[in-house]
Amino acid sequence: MAGGSIRRSSASASAPDSPAAAPRPPRGARLRARATQWELILVYLLVVVFVGNSFLSPYFLDAPNLLDSTFNFMEKAIMALPMMMVIIGGDIDISVASNLALASVFMGMASTAGAPTPILILIGLVSGSIMGAFNGFLITRFAIPSIAVTIGTLSLYRGIASVILGDKAYTSYPKSFAYLGQGYLPGTHIPFELLLFVLLAALAGFVLHRTVFGRRVYALGNNPTTARFSGVRVDRLRLIAFTLNGLAAGVASVLLTARVGSTRPNIATGWELDVITTVVLGGVAITGGKGSIWGVILAVFLLGFVQFGMALVNIPGQVMNIVTGFILIIAIMVPELIKRGRNRASLARLSARTETAARS
Amino acid sequence: MTGLLKRRETSLFIITVIVIAAVALRARDFLAPGNFEDILKDSSILLIVSIGQLLVILTGGIDLSVASVIGFTGMSVALLDRAVPTVPLLVILLLALLIGLALGSFNGMLVALFNIPPIITTLGTLSIYRGFVIVLSGGTWVSADQMSAPFRDFPQGYLLGISNMISIAILVSLIFAAFFYLTRTGREVYGVGGSPLAAQYVGINVKRINFLVFALSGTLSGLAGYLWVAFYASAANDSATGLELQTVAACVIGGVNIMGGSGTIVGVLLGSIFLGIVKNALTMIRISPFWQVAIQGFVILLAIVVNTALDRRAQASMLKRRVL
Repeated sequence: MAGGSIRRSSASASAPDSPAAAPRPPRGARLRARATQWELILVYLLVVVFVGNSFLSPYFLDAPNLLDSTFNFMEKAIMALPMMMVIIGGDIDISVASNLALASVFMGMASTAGAPTPILILIGLVSGSIMGAFNGFLITRFAIPSIAVTIGTLSLYRGIASVILGDKAYTSYPKSFAYLGQGYLPGTHIPFELLLFVLLAALAGFVLHRTVFGRRVYALGNNPTTARFSGVRVDRLRLIAFTLNGLAAGVASVLLTARVGSTRPNIATGWELDVITTVVLGGVAITGGKGSIWGVILAVFLLGFVQFGMALVNIPGQVMNIVTGFILIIAIMVPELIKRGRNRASLARLSARTETAARS
Repeated sequence: MTGLLKRRETSLFIITVIVIAAVALRARDFLAPGNFEDILKDSSILLIVSIGQLLVILTGGIDLSVASVIGFTGMSVALLDRAVPTVPLLVILLLALLIGLALGSFNGMLVALFNIPPIITTLGTLSIYRGFVIVLSGGTWVSADQMSAPFRDFPQGYLLGISNMISIAILVSLIFAAFFYLTRTGREVYGVGGSPLAAQYVGINVKRINFLVFALSGTLSGLAGYLWVAFYASAANDSATGLELQTVAACVIGGVNIMGGSGTIVGVLLGSIFLGIVKNALTMIRISPFWQVAIQGFVILLAIVVNTALDRRAQASMLKRRVL
């Protein structure tokens, strides 16, 4: 899939008859039914942000610039994919940014010792996965809530990273390594990071929506007890989800380290906010059991371009976080209010009906 | 159950004594009375904020925004003091409490009224409040020489031979111990955490309790906000960042169940002092301060694993007793 098609595919929730989303007619109908109100809202918001940004900068809507701007949020986007699985499964992982930092430190150590690019990638992916699996192990083996465990490992992973680094930084990485975070597909303007995200998003969407594994994740999030009694190996499933989450933090670590070309102890601090906000903004229920890949993909670009727009007008990062924080809260508040309004309406209808029934 | 809790707190006390003894063997100065007072002073802020965290965790929630509330409140009162040095300390203190109350109430409103999970609410407000610090200060900071003398000197002062910092921490502990043991609302906090559904059925206003704990946590963080900038004699944009994790650590080390329903002030007191001792000990035996965050994370995990295991054993033995 070409990277240029990303806007088309992300808009497909509103246009179900586009070829990417609906190769077969019956599926198109199903998709239209499933393309929720929420995803439509995201599409409208995305349009608003595009218009707003192009007012802020005349260069925004230029294709190469647009593609380049995705560099700023592709690492977070990739982390959002398995985070979505974790949250749909009813858990949460707030240690991902610390996981990324420690994986980056391990790559820095190896690079300083002269390791070549393939080894660095391997170290990043493996160490990320191990940290994710460690989270999953503690959560499932000792039956501890994921919030509690990942608060601990948030501190532990970041702590180990700063113990190893001290006040130093790793800054020497091989030239070929930089390609992963800075390079384009040969002969095009498509960033490698963007292509990787598109491929991984397709994979995540397939796994979640088209495989037994994916159905089990939803079952787990809807009701873990029922899932267990229905023969789902709940703990194994959660362990896999957390390991995948760690793996994605490893992937993001490789990309980010390659992009900025250095590892400092505070690398990616606070990214868990952006990643979780993306997932929740994408319409994934924070209580688990609900959410679709299209929503999350839309949210990736919505949040990414909102932050890019703020950067265009030189808003500092921590002030940007005010907006991100509010987006997170509002994204949860609005569906809650809609649900409440609907409940009240149906209650009113019910009482009206019983009243007429009583009168007749 | 109370017997078990007592045992957990006793074992923490014994571990603390062992750590003190071990460090004292390496560094004699550690046991000097002056150093011990330093540890207690240093732990006072942590204790005050951790009591707020205890309230929230008891209901089954978590408050990740405490450090940002400290940052915002501290910056607000420091800026006020710089602009109008004649504002009396009492007004500053009241203002700090009020700002904290407002920020905490916002959290409480989101959790109680809009059913947003505490972790999400406070993850959001952690960033929002911290962002407001920058907006408020414009990226600058207030240094010691810009603060008025009463503002800066209060935490260094003594009353009846006890440091003001320690007195305030003791006062807050006593007030909340009374709240937990003597008031109906205090008991209701435990009820909500033990089982929100059961609490609802016995007529506890769960929403009110959920709101209250966040409001109180914010108020205590507000108080800590003033103490922080005055004690360290500087109001920076990043003051207290990461303290939220220390408060969670102080709670779980003190035997507070992270899922809510059980935990005591005495436990949190011991947990806070334990963390203070570890921090001080690292400097005393010349270990790089970079170790602090890693050790803290390790201790959080260890404490949670041990607490969960103990809880499960307690439940198993309770079940066995019922069978017999």
